[in-house]
Amino acid sequence: MIPTRLRQWPFWAMLRKEFIQMRRDRLTLAMMIGIPAIQLVLFGYAIQTEVRHLPTLVLDESRTSESRALVHTILNTGNFDLRGEVQDKAVMATRIARGDARAGIIIPPDFTRDLKRGVTATAQVVVDASDPLAANAAIAGAAQAGLVRGRTLLAQRGVRPPIEVRVRPWFNPAVRSAVYIVPGIIGVLLSLTMVLINSMAVVREREGGTLEQLIVTPIDKTSLMLGKIVPFLLVGYVQVSIILLLGRLLFHVPIQGSLALLYVTTFPFIVANLAIGLFVSTLVRTQAQAMQLGFLFLLPNILMSGFMFPREAMPQAAQWIAALLPLTYFLDILRGVLLKGLPWQGLVEDTMILVLFSVVFVVLSVRRFHKSLD
Amino acid sequence: MTSTPPALAVQAIALRRTFGAVVAVDGLDLAIGRGEIFGLLGPNGSGKTTAIRMLTGLLAPTSGTATIAGVDIVAQPERVRRVIGYMSQRFGLYGDLTVQENLRFYSGMYGLVGREGRQRVEELLADLRLGARRDQLTATLSGGWKQRLALACATVHKPELVFLDEPTAGVDPSSRRHFWDLIRERAAQGMTVLLTTHYMDEAEQCHRLAFLSRGHLIGVGTPREITTRFQLPTIEDVFIELQRRDEAEHPRDEAAA
Ligand SMILES: Nc1ncnc2c1ncn2[C@@H]1O[C@H](COP(=O)(O)OP(=O)(O)OP(=O)(O)O)[C@@H](O)[C@H]1O
Ligand SMILES: [Mg+2]
Repeated sequence: MIPTRLRQWPFWAMLRKEFIQMRRDRLTLAMMIGIPAIQLVLFGYAIQTEVRHLPTLVLDESRTSESRALVHTILNTGNFDLRGEVQDKAVMATRIARGDARAGIIIPPDFTRDLKRGVTATAQVVVDASDPLAANAAIAGAAQAGLVRGRTLLAQRGVRPPIEVRVRPWFNPAVRSAVYIVPGIIGVLLSLTMVLINSMAVVREREGGTLEQLIVTPIDKTSLMLGKIVPFLLVGYVQVSIILLLGRLLFHVPIQGSLALLYVTTFPFIVANLAIGLFVSTLVRTQAQAMQLGFLFLLPNILMSGFMFPREAMPQAAQWIAALLPLTYFLDILRGVLLKGLPWQGLVEDTMILVLFSVVFVVLSVRRFHKSLD
Repeated sequence: MTSTPPALAVQAIALRRTFGAVVAVDGLDLAIGRGEIFGLLGPNGSGKTTAIRMLTGLLAPTSGTATIAGVDIVAQPERVRRVIGYMSQRFGLYGDLTVQENLRFYSGMYGLVGREGRQRVEELLADLRLGARRDQLTATLSGGWKQRLALACATVHKPELVFLDEPTAGVDPSSRRHFWDLIRERAAQGMTVLLTTHYMDEAEQCHRLAFLSRGHLIGVGTPREITTRFQLPTIEDVFIELQRRDEAEHPRDEAAA
């Protein structure tokens, strides 16, 4: 038997009302589910941080089988696409400046002669480094090609390189950025929708005139706040599932760990974001203000949580801000479970921090909210 | 628990409320007895809504005090909320809920759940003849029906006192008459009613009236007392006369009106 006091708690009526309103608002519901799907596809395809197939010019002044072999090895790395051959450096420079090409391979006339004499032969790869990401790809490709070709030549002379470093990319063997980005997108989109939805929650009632009628009733503030959180938990879980499914189908994102574990740890993350949205809602007077404040919160989430740029590379101040974002911890969980197959022991700390965020922001919202029109 | 119930449903002493430089309510004293239908009259912006919002705990008084059924509105707002009902001037029910869902929601706010709650909702649907529209979305109701539903929601918990802020604004004459039948019925059962209106025929039906002008009280009494005192034929004449006098005393404010 449920105690009467619990049955009479206004929370239940509030919850039922919120569910009915959510169900009737078809457009918002469709957007809450459709937008993440569209965003995922856009983000997933657009954010490809690996740069390949740089348009490349070749200036081969040596014109020997040796020089051709080196050019061939460099092109074979896949980071360069042959755009054409040029006859002098000036032409190459203007074409790179114009943007016809992003890189150039220059083999000097004495390349083969040096090689034969046993002097270290040099070749040049010039790169348009205005885009650092592209430049890095070119530099890595060229260095690798040089190493490979050098080793082959040494082997022909019966010499072995004294040291060889073999790099093994764990957890994402093909080093595909989608594998890294998609789990992040789950977190970012969840944060985005949950915070924005709930930042509207209280102000919508205020602007619509229903808050005045609601707060003259004896409803407790906790019922009001929890009533705004619980229904959207469901929406959050639907979103997670859609993005995971699409990520798997479109981007082949692995699911190494336990899905159940991921769903459990997602709970405090969704609650934390809904509570932050609610808190925003208690700070503002209009829906427009809520929107602006909501977006203001999302910007550091996208830039500093480690979604796009590794946290390790960020300045100290940015790392402190990152420490205050639930997304920072959830990204660890997402990548941990999906890519590394971490067991629950590896997620306890991040999860506890998210629980703490949830509690703090629910309490703050209840505290901030006053049953008054002032 | 309660000993002898206090004789007054509402007692306000020197209630005052300012918004920046605007003094919305200026030293309001009120004493309303149980079971009274009390009308608050006054031109637009005279402070009627602000006064009601203070009495219902929606706005904090800048100064002054008030008790509702003997309970202090500032010290114990939640206890006050259990015994009052309120119909805001601007329609405040959920448009995307049906008639019945709004009623269930508000009964839930007062802990009327389960069989008890369902019974109360059915009672109100029958009482206010809303039964045929129970599944209609509230937003699609016409003005008169909306106000009737708002009254039902405000009185779902059988409050001792109900505040009605312009409950019949924009309502056709026959709906208004029906609405007044409902008000009188409730007052006869012992519910105190404090309402505001701009219709003078409604003012005549109140037990007692209070005139507000620019935030202060300029006259209280039964309709008969008031017309006799001013030696004018109708309440409407008194209303216009009082407003004229008050504005004559404060000519500078006229531009703002
Ligand atoms: N939230 C507020 N902020 C600033 N000024 C306010 C606020 N609420 C009311 N006022 C001002 O207080 C004065 C009294 O307003 P109030 O709404 O109480 O009048 P009213 O008698 O209910 O008028 P009406 O008949 O038009 O409903 C007006 O000058 C109004 O502009
Ligand atoms: Mg008003």
